[in-house]
Amino acid sequence: MRVRVDGEVCEAEEGQTVAGVLLAAGRNSWRSTRRGGRPRGVFCGIGVCFDCLVVVNGVPDVRACQRRVEPDDEIRTQHGAELPS
Amino acid sequence: MVSPDIVVIGAGVIGAACAEALSAAGARVTVLDRGAPASGTTAAGEGNVLVSDKAPGPELELAQASRKLWPELLAALAEELGPELADAEWEPKGGLVVATGDESAAPLRDFAGAQRAAGVRADPVTAAEAGALEPHLTKAITAAVHYPEDAQLQPVLAATALLAAVRARGGEVRSGVRAIGIEADAGGAFKAVLTDRGAIACAAVVNACGPWAGAFAADAGAPIAVLPRRGMVLVTAPLPYTVRHKVYDADYVGAVASGDADLQTSTVVESTGTGTILIGSSRQRVGFEERFEVRVLAELARKAQRLFPILARVPVMRAYGGFRPYAPDHLPIIGADPRVPGLWHATGHEGAGIGLAAATGRMIADLYAEKETAVDASPFRVDRPAVIEEVAA
Amino acid sequence: MSRTVVSSIVVIGAGPAGLAATRAAADTGADVTLIDAAPKLGGQYHRQDARTGDERFALPAGVQHLRESVVWAIEPIDGGHRAHVRTGPADSPDRTGTSIDAAALVLATGAYDRALPFPGWDLPGVFTAGAAQALAKGQGVAVGSRVLVAGTGPFLLPVASSLVGVGAEVVAILEANAAVRGWLSNPFGALAGAGKAGELAAYAATLVRHRIPYRARRAVIEAHGADRVEAVTTARLDADWSPLPGSEKTMEVDAVAVGFGFTPQLELAVSARCELRDGFVVVDAAQATSVPGVFAAGELTGIGGATLSAAEGAVAGAAAARHVGAEVRPPLQAMRRIRSGRRFAAALGEAYPVRPGWRTWLRDDTLVCRCEEVDYAALRGARNDRDATGSRSLKLVSRAGLGLCQGRVCGANVAELSGIDDPAAFAGRPMAVPLRLCELAGADPEATPEIEPGVKV
Repeated sequence: MRVRVDGEVCEAEEGQTVAGVLLAAGRNSWRSTRRGGRPRGVFCGIGVCFDCLVVVNGVPDVRACQRRVEPDDEIRTQHGAELPS
Repeated sequence: MVSPDIVVIGAGVIGAACAEALSAAGARVTVLDRGAPASGTTAAGEGNVLVSDKAPGPELELAQASRKLWPELLAALAEELGPELADAEWEPKGGLVVATGDESAAPLRDFAGAQRAAGVRADPVTAAEAGALEPHLTKAITAAVHYPEDAQLQPVLAATALLAAVRARGGEVRSGVRAIGIEADAGGAFKAVLTDRGAIACAAVVNACGPWAGAFAADAGAPIAVLPRRGMVLVTAPLPYTVRHKVYDADYVGAVASGDADLQTSTVVESTGTGTILIGSSRQRVGFEERFEVRVLAELARKAQRLFPILARVPVMRAYGGFRPYAPDHLPIIGADPRVPGLWHATGHEGAGIGLAAATGRMIADLYAEKETAVDASPFRVDRPAVIEEVAA
Repeated sequence: MSRTVVSSIVVIGAGPAGLAATRAAADTGADVTLIDAAPKLGGQYHRQDARTGDERFALPAGVQHLRESVVWAIEPIDGGHRAHVRTGPADSPDRTGTSIDAAALVLATGAYDRALPFPGWDLPGVFTAGAAQALAKGQGVAVGSRVLVAGTGPFLLPVASSLVGVGAEVVAILEANAAVRGWLSNPFGALAGAGKAGELAAYAATLVRHRIPYRARRAVIEAHGADRVEAVTTARLDADWSPLPGSEKTMEVDAVAVGFGFTPQLELAVSARCELRDGFVVVDAAQATSVPGVFAAGELTGIGGATLSAAEGAVAGAAAARHVGAEVRPPLQAMRRIRSGRRFAAALGEAYPVRPGWRTWLRDDTLVCRCEEVDYAALRGARNDRDATGSRSLKLVSRAGLGLCQGRVCGANVAELSGIDDPAAFAGRPMAVPLRLCELAGADPEATPEIEPGVKV
């Protein structure tokens, strides 16, 4: 299947999580914190820490390690706190 | 150890404000809390410093005095303690009350008119003006009133700043000490507060135990009617600056004034200094039952979503509850207990304790010093029928 | 929107404990619903590759499996409890709601890695050991190409082994405690009794084959890098875990996997008002908690590994079935396994404790709470200058634990750093997971028109 990551088309397979896709593509951070602007990616990997947040189809605060990709998902970096679009 | 002049029981915002005002007047004050400071009702508060929700009457007068006093008090604390230790996230953001149904539009306008006559700034605004004040507000409103005087602070920061001032003036704050009664001398004069860690000799004690004030009053031999009313609040994930005022539905006023045990919710939506949005608030008389009910959370969510449709897909990360202390006549209880010399009460502020704390502390200090109070204290006196007759019966 | 269904027994969590509970209960003929957040069964321990269509585990006929489902609240009802569930893609506003009324609940919610803070631990490239494991097993991804595994406990071994399996170079395993005597020749001495010997020997063989050094009494005390981990400083520790001056070494790595034991996932147990002791759920010999009709199994009751969890699950499932009126023979074999498993767990706890010297790894500007970016100096200030000595006021003054993870990561550390003598002080979360506001708005089965009262799943 294909998804888009920050506007670029990316190959993904059924059963992959957003974090799985991003890490396999060589990225290890995709969020900046709202106070310090610090980069963050996966930390706990099992849905506990809420560090790997990403925007999926316009909805922010989605845990990349828990969310399975679906065809044509629009995935993008989350900058601090965002409102759903 | 030097004995304190006055012991304040309860290190919530009311106890902290009383202790601060008494110590500012020169008294040596010890504050006791059976738990940790600012961990009970204060920690569950939204930080409302409101005039908008009060009908003309003694509580509004106290609220107006307190609204004026809070920024002065915080500024004085900043002078004394430094800005960081005195910071309480004070935000004079103003309130916006909106009616969303035809039936609540006229009552809101009437209510605001009566408040204006009592000196409250209550400016009727059009739907378009309301939209300019709150860009994400629902368009489906039938009336709106802007209250520029409404303000917000972070209650735990406020309480701990007040306590820091008490300590800086030589007072003491002791956690984990439970007050269990008082001791009088042979002549009936006040002698000491009894605690599970021993007696503390002092000249007077202030019962600021919030919803638990009735229990201490009974232990002190002077029962008062103070009951808990549970409230729940939802907290969203941190968001960009989305809600600018304290925004509430006009039915808030009705809920505050009611004694009905059944669930009441009326929407209050407001941002905090840290980016989260607080969604309140419910009122239920269920004793000290801490467990929340999903139906209550769902109703809060439904109403908030109606007021701010943009919040529909925002995460709610937390729900918390607390107990508001109220007297049967819904007025605070502030003053000396005529039945037991040396016993004072400062409780019963229901959902308004954060806002009313500054003026309550001042009133206690003035009454203690036998000075004239800024606001008529007689409506809040302890020996009124609603407070002592119901428990005696 | 929400609908209400009825199931005699609801099991929450499909790891070793939950699976065993489900089987034991279903074998009695009881009607069982199993709820788990993952699409596949197995939990963290038996994590399956999510990218294949195979399912390794079979459930008894008639068991209702709610996959990709989270229980976000539990409420008491007449004769049992109501579990409020959302089903669908993680964190999506479009999940569907179900409320399940159950006569018996089995909580098998497991545990997650405890991570200790150190300077640089918030850099991308620092992972928990569990993250490295989950990504390797579930997604076939290595968290880095040169990975250091550090922390304490035998779980570090399978993590290193999984990393090697997905092509990473594991530069070393650092065990902060002293090595258990003779662990390579007789892996984990006291631990061998719990059926782990073969498994651990296999991991040990992997280490030898890949020449992975295993260093005891050493830990990562700092991670370096601008936007990601580029190197780490490790140090030898004294018995208290304070770094020994002069023992520091720098290693170039692009990932670190750290794990300091496990923290039980307690929020549902707390919501159900189960009694806790020392941060774990108290259970009797039948895995019954202090709340009638609520049973607990697995890491919730103490950290003891998969074998013990499965045995506890079997006992809990049988007890839940008995509670709902099924005829049940006492699961004597599982009860025996629990007794020996608890001896193993006690040995594990004694051999791999977290020692207080970790606090000396922190600097003033080291983040304690990752979500709200609260550093150590701010946390100390809240406690000392503001008298924030209770967990509630400490959170509200410092903001530690107030972010989206709600103190799951920092709670135990903040409690320890602040002298709050209760590892579960931050474990109460009436909403067990975040919900979108619109989901919450539709969550009340009695207020929504879509009710289907009494419908069987």
